[in-house]
Amino acid sequence: MARIDGTSAFLARGLRTLALAVIVLFFLFPILWIVLMSFQTNEQILRIPPSLLFDPTIVNYRALISGKLVTAAGQLDLPFMRNLGNSVLLSSVSVLLSLVLGVPAAYAFARFRFRLGENIAFTLLSFRFAPPLLVLLPLSLYFQDLGLANTYTGLVWVYQLICLPLILWIVRGYFEDASPDIEYAYRVDGHSWWRAFTRIAIPLAGPGIAAAGLLAFIFAWNNFVFALILASADKQPVTVGALAFVTASGIQYGQIAAAIVLSILPTLALALYAQRWLVEGLSLGAVKG
Amino acid sequence: MSDIAHPATSAARVHAAGPRAARLLPYLLSLPALLVCIGILVPFGTAAWYSLQRYNLAMPFMRGFVGFDTYLDFLGDPDFWNTVEVSAIYTAATVILELLLGLAIALLLRERSPLNNAISVALLLPLMTAPAIAALMWKLMTNPGFGVLSWLVSRFGLADFKWASDPHTAMLTVVLVDIWVYTPFIMILLLAGLRSLPTQPFEAARLDGVPARFVFFRITLPMLMPYIVTATLFRLLDSIQQFDIVYAMTQGGPGDSLMVFQVRAYLEFFQYTNVGRSAALMMILWALTYALSNVFVKQWLRLRERTHGAY
Repeated sequence: MARIDGTSAFLARGLRTLALAVIVLFFLFPILWIVLMSFQTNEQILRIPPSLLFDPTIVNYRALISGKLVTAAGQLDLPFMRNLGNSVLLSSVSVLLSLVLGVPAAYAFARFRFRLGENIAFTLLSFRFAPPLLVLLPLSLYFQDLGLANTYTGLVWVYQLICLPLILWIVRGYFEDASPDIEYAYRVDGHSWWRAFTRIAIPLAGPGIAAAGLLAFIFAWNNFVFALILASADKQPVTVGALAFVTASGIQYGQIAAAIVLSILPTLALALYAQRWLVEGLSLGAVKG
Repeated sequence: MSDIAHPATSAARVHAAGPRAARLLPYLLSLPALLVCIGILVPFGTAAWYSLQRYNLAMPFMRGFVGFDTYLDFLGDPDFWNTVEVSAIYTAATVILELLLGLAIALLLRERSPLNNAISVALLLPLMTAPAIAALMWKLMTNPGFGVLSWLVSRFGLADFKWASDPHTAMLTVVLVDIWVYTPFIMILLLAGLRSLPTQPFEAARLDGVPARFVFFRITLPMLMPYIVTATLFRLLDSIQQFDIVYAMTQGGPGDSLMVFQVRAYLEFFQYTNVGRSAALMMILWALTYALSNVFVKQWLRLRERTHGAY
């Protein structure tokens, strides 16, 4: 790198810019295209060549929100808003339960050395990597017997497999990063461990807990296979619901695109908000951004 | 796994003085989480048991213990070897391409500048899209009637390019979707790694006029290796189990061209109601991922210790 003359430096800069432009185009174009499609009528979508210039329309979104879709064969009732509601319900309740279960456990693993402690922690981690169908297929038979088939309770329970490992290992990292000395001083003052936990440890790890919760929400929202196997149409989240859109015949393409946009908008917005913590979350707390 | 450096040593003293009840405390705190998950683990044992049975939901009277027969049958079963081959190709193609592309992008974005930071955040959006939904997006874009990509390749002379509906290009299509979704994962981990590297070796190399290629292969790459290995293992474990993208795109078709492990097991179960075969397939996949995840955990712990340190 010692000597690069002007022209080749200029060439390198140009190539770098070009490469970045191609990369940004590849990764953002699909989202942009689907968003544009969702504001088009079927006639506009079917135009060849495709055009970026069109009169935007909101009929697709209106049809989705009213639940009455226009198809080639007439009107079809498809309660997509219900799928959206299911996604919100399943993801938020799952994350709340995971926080209640996971934060105390994370604290235990961070602050105490106890027999089997690490084994328990790693068992919980291993759920992140087991093939989901291994458990889901027998579970679909069990849920019939237990009366949990196609219930929110059953789904929220299974969703712990996604949320709990994430919350446990991220929050554990935050507890470990906070020095125990403050808690120690507080305990020496005669306070119980419970007060030390709720008044000192949790507030100190607060940002980490919030971040872990947001990430777990995104992953729960994006899950597909759990509800595909364990829920029928009225309990299914958007990921499974959107698939029904594509397979149902004759639905207008703009309505499919609008359903996709509504399905990914919440997680994309949360991701942009939580981007500072994404590296940590994606690596289960092993790497900091 | 118990021999790792544990940061609780000094903290343990905080609570050591407590009465006996205090010793039970960590168990009380962590058991609810474990119990909730163990309830889900019971099916794992069941799956292992099912895999040793002849068990078809449509023929309950035929049910019986057959030992390892189902597994042995796989050896001479071309469908099984097709699944192995398809899964291997999918995993190898996605992991290798994503690693190379992710590393290249991370290197391009290495300098901290407002533009680079904005790009790295923007590239997270595909990663935060549900993979099943991502497959639907690409399905729309590759639709033969109006898909923008179909139109694009027809401009390059490929008028009859059928993407996922042609057995010859189906793999290419789903690999493309996987690359679109998951390359940012590798990128973001390696970028965090690159930016956390100490600057002195690079400054010294610059002052000495060491050629860029030498710096990359002898300094950057070795120092980045723990991040590369962790990111690769993460992707390897996910990719070998890929279900969402393949199922949402073609449900394993056309023909058998995309019958990866989990899709095959899903169809064995729900289409052919063959619980025994489905369970045996999942046990084989589990054995593979279990072996891989042991390697993974070692690497992951090493990185984790570096990040959180010991005190």
